[in-house]
Amino acid sequence: MKSAKLLNLLLVSLLLATFATGCKKNPKNITNIPGMRAQPSDTGMNPGIPPNVVPGGSGTVGSEIPMPRDGKRDTTALAAYTIYFEFDRSAIKPSEQSKLDSVATYLKSTPGVQLLVEGHCDERGTEEYNRALGERRAIAAREYLLQRHGISSELVTTASFGEDKPVSLEKTEEAYAKNRRDEFVILRPQ
Amino acid sequence: MKLKSILSVALGLAALTVTIKTNAAQPFDIYNPGGVRIVPIALSGYTGEVAAVVKFDLEVAGFEVTTPEKADFTLTGRNEASRIEGRLQRASTKETLLAKAYTGENARAQAHTLTDEVIQAILGVPWIARTKIVYKHEAREGQSEIVISDYDGHNPKPVTQDGTIVASPAWIPKQWHLFYTSYKSGYPWIYSHNLTSGERRPFAKFAGLNASATISPDGNRVAMILSKAGSPDVWVCNVDGSGLKQLTPTREDESSPCWSPDGTKICFASRLNERRALYTVPAAGGAMTLLRTAGVSNPSEPDWSPDGRMIVFTSQMGDFNICTVPAEGGTATVLVSGEDPSWAQNSRTVIFTRRSGNKRVLSLLDVPTKRVKDTAQISGSRSQPSWAR
Repeated sequence: MKSAKLLNLLLVSLLLATFATGCKKNPKNITNIPGMRAQPSDTGMNPGIPPNVVPGGSGTVGSEIPMPRDGKRDTTALAAYTIYFEFDRSAIKPSEQSKLDSVATYLKSTPGVQLLVEGHCDERGTEEYNRALGERRAIAAREYLLQRHGISSELVTTASFGEDKPVSLEKTEEAYAKNRRDEFVILRPQ
Repeated sequence: MKLKSILSVALGLAALTVTIKTNAAQPFDIYNPGGVRIVPIALSGYTGEVAAVVKFDLEVAGFEVTTPEKADFTLTGRNEASRIEGRLQRASTKETLLAKAYTGENARAQAHTLTDEVIQAILGVPWIARTKIVYKHEAREGQSEIVISDYDGHNPKPVTQDGTIVASPAWIPKQWHLFYTSYKSGYPWIYSHNLTSGERRPFAKFAGLNASATISPDGNRVAMILSKAGSPDVWVCNVDGSGLKQLTPTREDESSPCWSPDGTKICFASRLNERRALYTVPAAGGAMTLLRTAGVSNPSEPDWSPDGRMIVFTSQMGDFNICTVPAEGGTATVLVSGEDPSWAQNSRTVIFTRRSGNKRVLSLLDVPTKRVKDTAQISGSRSQPSWAR
């Protein structure tokens, strides 16, 4: 009897522990940041609104990425054209543009294939931040091919591996530089 | 499974009368540094694994195991083959705050249950020594699996055995059900994995990136990062996959969404205007609002405390640091070196990843005392912990 009571007490405390998630405070929505300026934007920011608020909604910036086609992965055809990035950046460096130009030439002369751009990062970033950054790097190459060379949107898809597939495990600037890259994989019809 | 019952029974022995005191110490205000101190406690009578578990649990909770002369509390007991006993007394008055014996399951579980009750009796808040974590375990480079273990790293149980890359596991709150990213298809897709039935299915398999799923406190909504519209953005949908909606129509990349405990907001990292910062957005859609983290730079990986008061995150200023900031934004507090923090249900303990040479290890942080304890070590790297809550 006594032990049953105690068991009940224990259960009640377990339940309390499970459901005691109270949340009382609603953080304020807007806090003004001294010194933070709205920059002229490729984000479509309206200079008339506070700099720390960005219009929401379901608008789209950038172009929709196509699904990868089922196909045979060819990792050698464009292996010579792997492009590299600055630390924590996704902009295409001028030094890498000629490699992308060659990728575009290959795509134009090889009908029926799809290009998969695989984006990678060095380990000097947090894991999920790097997964997003790797995708941004893949998208940067995709946009270059679409905008500079008129490659069809349907022909270029993307994947990010973040920092999960480094080519070098060393902890040197040279190794990090090799790991910040886009690799180009050709998907051939089976 | 988390709540698998362990029998806790009153002792029939006359010598140990059962007293369940309601006048436990006042809960500390853990966000007021003056309100928290390291609590000295003396242990006696425990041996082997039980002694190690009790000491570990107490130290994670900001206690210091010391001699009886220096202690504010004493925990006296013994462990036998299939049960353990404990009596907690206030050192100054010899008042007994707790006297119980524990049987069932195994010695580790009995010891965790004892310390849960001891810590609750002293701090006045429910404790977390019997909770689970999930994390990414990389046994060799480029190959990782999802693993569940006790909060201290013991009893690891593999969830996946796919031999591919996985990432960012997350629980449906209060359910034995995970969401995580896996590259088993060759592409980063989000999977929904019911651990009770064993059923696993792709949840998000759009073009581009599908990653960083996180489930609302009521278990009904999923926030995640999708890039299908042309850049990595925060999207939400219902837990059945319906009602997909884009919340951040930016050109820059967003990452690591987390939910406010009332489910009305999502906090995430963005590099809008080339400036890395944390933002919040209404979960139903609306404007992005900058969350001030004054004093630190390059914040990412936010996690909102279950009590709604704080956001813990990683800042990157050369090294990675675990930081907290009030949930409404303000001045950040740098706590310890590390990354990818996840709150326990007590809104006090945080599990995070620490880089150690070529390995990554999981460590536990007591936020108010800044004390750190490594979880049990195993081969390979462990990262991206998520605390069941």
